[in-house]
Amino acid sequence: MNITELTVHELQEKLQSKEITIEQITKAYVENIEKYEKDVQAFITPLKENALKQAEEIKKKVENGEITNPLAGIPIGIKDNICTKGIKTTCASKMLENFVAPYNATVMEKIYGENMINLGKLNMDEFAMGASTEYSYFQTTRNPWNLNTVPGGSSGGSAAAVAANMVPWALGSDTGGSIRQPASFCGVVGLKPTYGLVSRYGLVAFASSLDQIGPITKDVKDAAILLNVIAGHDEKDTTSVNKEKVDYTKVLKNDVKGLKIGIPKEYFGEGINSEVKQSLEKAINIYKELGATVEEFSLNIADYALATYYIIACAEASSNLGRFDGIRYGYRTANYSDLKELFRNSRSEGFGAEVKRRIILGTYVLSSGYYDAYYKKAQQVRTLVKKEFDKAFEKYDVLLTPTSPTVAFEIGTRSNNPLEMYLADICTVSVNIAGLPGISIPCGVDSKGMPIGMQLIGNKFAEETILNAAYTYEQKCRFRDVFKSDNVSPKGHM
Amino acid sequence: MLREDYEIVIGLEVHAELSTKTKIFCSCPTEFGAAPNTHTCPVCMAMPGALPVLNEKVVEYAVKAGLATNCSITKESKNDRKNYFYPDLPKSYQISQFDKPLCTNGSIDIEEEGKAKTIGITRIHIEEDAGKLNHNEFGSGSLVDLNRAGVPLIEIVSEPDMRSSKDAENYLRKIKSILEYIEVSDCKMQEGSLRADVNVSVRKKGAKEFGTRTEMKNMNSFRSIVRAIDYEAERQIEVIENGGKIEQETLRWDDVSGKTFSMRDKEDAQDYRYFPEPDLVAIRLSDEYIENIRKNLPELPESRKKRYLEEYKLTEKESKMLTASKYMSNLFEESLKICGNAKAVANWLLSDVSRILNEKEIEPDQIPFTAEQLAKMIMLIEKGTISSAIGKKVLEELFENPKDPEKIIEEKGWIQISDEGAIKEVVMKILGNNPQSIADFKAGKDRALGFLVGQAMKETKGKANPKMLNDMFLEELKK
Repeated sequence: MNITELTVHELQEKLQSKEITIEQITKAYVENIEKYEKDVQAFITPLKENALKQAEEIKKKVENGEITNPLAGIPIGIKDNICTKGIKTTCASKMLENFVAPYNATVMEKIYGENMINLGKLNMDEFAMGASTEYSYFQTTRNPWNLNTVPGGSSGGSAAAVAANMVPWALGSDTGGSIRQPASFCGVVGLKPTYGLVSRYGLVAFASSLDQIGPITKDVKDAAILLNVIAGHDEKDTTSVNKEKVDYTKVLKNDVKGLKIGIPKEYFGEGINSEVKQSLEKAINIYKELGATVEEFSLNIADYALATYYIIACAEASSNLGRFDGIRYGYRTANYSDLKELFRNSRSEGFGAEVKRRIILGTYVLSSGYYDAYYKKAQQVRTLVKKEFDKAFEKYDVLLTPTSPTVAFEIGTRSNNPLEMYLADICTVSVNIAGLPGISIPCGVDSKGMPIGMQLIGNKFAEETILNAAYTYEQKCRFRDVFKSDNVSPKGHM
Repeated sequence: MLREDYEIVIGLEVHAELSTKTKIFCSCPTEFGAAPNTHTCPVCMAMPGALPVLNEKVVEYAVKAGLATNCSITKESKNDRKNYFYPDLPKSYQISQFDKPLCTNGSIDIEEEGKAKTIGITRIHIEEDAGKLNHNEFGSGSLVDLNRAGVPLIEIVSEPDMRSSKDAENYLRKIKSILEYIEVSDCKMQEGSLRADVNVSVRKKGAKEFGTRTEMKNMNSFRSIVRAIDYEAERQIEVIENGGKIEQETLRWDDVSGKTFSMRDKEDAQDYRYFPEPDLVAIRLSDEYIENIRKNLPELPESRKKRYLEEYKLTEKESKMLTASKYMSNLFEESLKICGNAKAVANWLLSDVSRILNEKEIEPDQIPFTAEQLAKMIMLIEKGTISSAIGKKVLEELFENPKDPEKIIEEKGWIQISDEGAIKEVVMKILGNNPQSIADFKAGKDRALGFLVGQAMKETKGKANPKMLNDMFLEELKK
């Protein structure tokens, strides 16, 4: 038995039957980090020793009955834009290279409250701006399925670490697809919860009205388990919604009979790779076989989603990232003679090109004289996008689309072409604009053996519906079993 | 220069720190005067990832202020970000309100030479204060203190309805008084908890269009505001009379030189890039919520004034002056409760206390003694323990070194002489020294009695009971 091949719910079973110990789990993962990290480069701050020590302590406490949390001793990887007290939170930026947060994000309080073990902080695009993890200040993470390709982004470190079995699961954040798209590229499961389901307190803000933290896992059940941990109202985040708790593991019924699936045809048109399309068509047929009804329809506003997204996200980012000014924390230039230069040089030297590009764009769209034409218009379109989705959900329970128009692309092929990079988000951004939940699950591989992802979109707070739909498909197709064979697996390429 | 051909137009943006216990977006205390950066947390220090949570008390206080100034309350309001870089602004944006302020379209009445005048209030919105820069306090450079960052403010924007520096002063005094009465702000100008941005323009009398205005920011004394307006209006008139044009700009008032100076170069024209604050949800107020606040509004100066006229039979002028400041008015009511003599308390407050406030250039809220101490002093006079002349000295002492008036007179040896034998001794001595006055009195000059009593008071350092002195002199003179 290879421990690191197991899902978390499988680990829990083996712990319960005492086939394995808490220490063995962390040790197995630490060994994998030592084996694969040099190739994958998923970690910014690995916490190997600390994790081993904690595993020992937690094991003792579980043995003597001090703690009984069902997830006690389960390791996890954390995207490096989630604040961890006493541990660096860099956002993969020179700006925060040595920044240590004085507090824990609410999700970290919950993770630590379950006595889970933080295995390390994971790489990402700088301040979560990018779709390939190439915009990290520190390193380019590589896709374990093919080390010459990107893992996607911005939660590329999280997805790659899960795919390479260096962590059993991880937290990512998703502003325009940053959980789902890398999950798709790396052949794992990624869930972006409904806006307001998970507290953003302690998530370094990129675009406040779009950001959500979510799980990246090996299978759907694990996603449900981790969502149970992190979901819930937080009085420190007034945009988090106060609603009744759902046990998401209980909604996995392995049954989609009568489920109404809508296929927005705009997501299958131009620019979608034909192998991706074929794979999705197969998936659609499987749903039909499983008893779901499937219907094509038109989501009219889809064409405007990307532009709307980049205006709103950049506008908010330009303001959110103002606090990195060289005054209180983070990078400060050595080269200044007055206040203006201190601001200008600290920010010019501390931020990378993509972050600066978005700050400039965002500043522009909020400027007097341009506000109405860009920001205000984008907000109006946002309202239309929401309405369009509302209309769709009057007819359908779930919408099904590709997660990304292509499989993972080669490193270096898009990093100098921002527009082409932005197209990687085309299938995912409208979900953030409308504040809906979306999940990406593997639905096949292309002719070169690279994973393809399918996105299921649900109505607001209908996580249970998309989790069940994803789970039912997963039970039928068993992609994890397929991935475990030697010719189609991350390991086969390393 | 034809000064009288011009009309001055003034608008005020008053910033008042709200006296909530905690800051507007976190639970740090708002208390003034703590060691630098001790009242801070990840939220008000703008640590990455920290989020604001709106303090409901702030909304309540702002709605109170709106209702007390006859505003309409906006039932669906929101917060906006005002973006600019400065070291005292940790997030690089101030959370304020842009196009949906909590209160709009209000007004208050002020008096101008006995005539009532209405000043319009455009809006009242809530926002957070910035931190403070300490320049050169610890050697070279500036240090940032974020204790004040996130202290709640309301900004009260007036219509350009004031026409003189006196109007502006009266308006600000009225605003201060209202905010004090409804207990939403300490209004301590010396601590910066009440300050005003003053907009001034001039135009030829009868002109329909406003002139170009200039703005003087962060003014925090009535005296500077009056001086600054008068100076700035003169300056603008002079510029126009000399064929020049007024630039719309922000000016700094220098109290020492008594002049205004240009603050920013035009290159820095600010574009605040306001947009809705995505970290906060909309503010929705129900009719019940608003009505409940309206019902529980404390007594405002106008109705208190009416009560003074009717209940205490004070004059219109007395009632108005006492109620102008809540501190003064409370001092009046509390002293009255103890000593029971409304007229006496009013007299002391409006004559001697007000005179000393003027001399010291301080506001009523800086009066150092308590109502109990004032009341006791008045009672000592009524009981005849001290004369009212000594009372004045006790009052001076209460300003310098406030304590129990009985202790003061005991320590100073100011207790009134009411012993018949002692009084007689003084009377006889004075009469012996002033034969001329005796003659004058007998010749019908009543003034001579006053002179003799005065001499006797001088002899006893004001301690003799004046009534007894008077009676005894009369008795002796008529012998």
